[in-house]
Amino acid sequence: MSNALKTLTNGLLKENPTFVLVLGMCPTLATTTSAINGMSMGLATLFVLVCSNIVISLLKNLIPDKVRIPAFIVVIATFVTLVQLLMQAYLPAIYDVLGLFIPLIVVNCIVLGRAEAFAAKNSVGLSALDGIGMGLGFTLALTLLGAVRELLGTGACFGFHLFPDNYGALVFVLAPGAFIALAYLMVIINKLQKK
Amino acid sequence: MVLSLVIISTVAAGLLAGVYLLTLDSINAQKAAKQEAARKAVLAGHEDGVAIETAVDGFGGQFRVMVGFDAEGNILGYEILEHQETPGLGSHMVHWFKNADKPGQNIIGRKAGSLMVSKDGGDVDAITAATISSRAFLKAINQAYADFHGVEATTGASQLNVQSDEVQGTEEVVIEVAEEDIEEAADEVKEIIIIEEKEAQDE
Amino acid sequence: MVYFLIFISAIFVNNIVLSQFLGICPFLGVSKKIDTALGMSAAVVFVLTLATVVTYLLQMLLVKWGLEFLQTILFILIIAALVQMIEIMLKKVSPALYQALGVFLPLITTNCCILGVAILVANGTEKLPMGAEHGMLTGTLFAFATALGFGLALILFAGIREQLALAKVPKAMQGTPIALLTAGLLAMAFMGFSGVV
Repeated sequence: MSNALKTLTNGLLKENPTFVLVLGMCPTLATTTSAINGMSMGLATLFVLVCSNIVISLLKNLIPDKVRIPAFIVVIATFVTLVQLLMQAYLPAIYDVLGLFIPLIVVNCIVLGRAEAFAAKNSVGLSALDGIGMGLGFTLALTLLGAVRELLGTGACFGFHLFPDNYGALVFVLAPGAFIALAYLMVIINKLQKK
Repeated sequence: MVLSLVIISTVAAGLLAGVYLLTLDSINAQKAAKQEAARKAVLAGHEDGVAIETAVDGFGGQFRVMVGFDAEGNILGYEILEHQETPGLGSHMVHWFKNADKPGQNIIGRKAGSLMVSKDGGDVDAITAATISSRAFLKAINQAYADFHGVEATTGASQLNVQSDEVQGTEEVVIEVAEEDIEEAADEVKEIIIIEEKEAQDE
Repeated sequence: MVYFLIFISAIFVNNIVLSQFLGICPFLGVSKKIDTALGMSAAVVFVLTLATVVTYLLQMLLVKWGLEFLQTILFILIIAALVQMIEIMLKKVSPALYQALGVFLPLITTNCCILGVAILVANGTEKLPMGAEHGMLTGTLFAFATALGFGLALILFAGIREQLALAKVPKAMQGTPIALLTAGLLAMAFMGFSGVV
């Protein structure tokens, strides 16, 4: 049981995909213009991660080692297209905002990385937990970054205005602010971990 | 080795085809609903109005606007259907030009055709620090108005594509056009009755 | 003139890394030395242009058969296969070039700027300057210019990081944070180009 719990929390803190492993930087920077956008991106990735981890763990003995990577890519791309279709059908507003970055989950290093490093070696249950943990860690990081950028840039958090948006530093919503906000979040986390 | 890859790919393709067919109706319904909602919004309850869609190049790429006109050609409302303008700058156009508290920037109720930002000699206040987006937006509105009348707008919008079923009944519209443009306009409107002819005046 | 503007737009104004956020992983990963940055850039220019042409043609077939929903899955497979093929061919034809680019090629499959640009061009949604029509020629030029923009950003960044290695950086900022901060300042500089095209 402690093993399962350890797998689940591993992705949240110790091996947080964004702050510690520094993977999947493109969606992290591009889709976090607001807290809600960051969270949507994180949840879409979470879904793909959990599904692909489960399926790859199920298939791990059936796939010959040599065609391992192409097979993984096919499985991941299938779930990504699934998310794409479902979002278009039922959540069109969010799909419009995230746009290109939904199909690009395919090349998100976290997904293929976990398939290769964890799901291909562990049981189905553990792989699912690993997917949930990693996905939640990613979602948490994106939501946090999105909230910080939204607050500094427009004075709002999850769409609720805390101060008038005229006082916001617009640069945090634009490209440079993404890099800078993430850099300082990492600095803060590094500092906290030292203590 | 190849076999297992083929099997996986086939299963994946089959699964996707199934989901695609399942979601197809819903995706199309969503698109239609979005269009219909935009139509309702821009007409603001005026059932006799006309909603016209145009596309222009903005600051960050093409954007699409839907504009509603009443029978006299006054702007009833507008909705941005799709845009890639800079968040926090050009993206303000979604609300900026229909802010009832700021008459300088509000275009609702105005007559379109030659709307211009104040920097270019017009009387519409541009979005702060986003003049290019504002110009593009007004060009889209003028273009929609041109389409509404089937006559080229003064800003030089180049597309004429009024569908003949959009004009209902007889409308009396006073327009000033050069003689050579009348023929072109006649292609777009069912019938043109010239009520008064004036000599063009040198300006 | 329009073709020239496509280059200005894709390299400076809408730089793929610094304003579109594609290809960040190699941007942070292989930018410690100018030499490796050059190798990676050359490989990206090569693969991106080729992949865009191939996927553009594939998309025409997909549209014809009504199979657009297979876009993501087929594009990534095509790109992976293409990279493999280039690797094998380079090994045979030009061992010297293979020496220079070889290590970067496998990394390119998961470089999201390849798939990203391929999807943008295939769907006709890439950012072109005013007056340019979406099509095969402009799409290919756009891909080539985008790859050059990737190269420029990567090499500039590598140059800065080489100097940065000599600087005294606070402990909590060492590694990724300072790199991100540098990238942020570089992105700010590139923002100055906005509105040029």
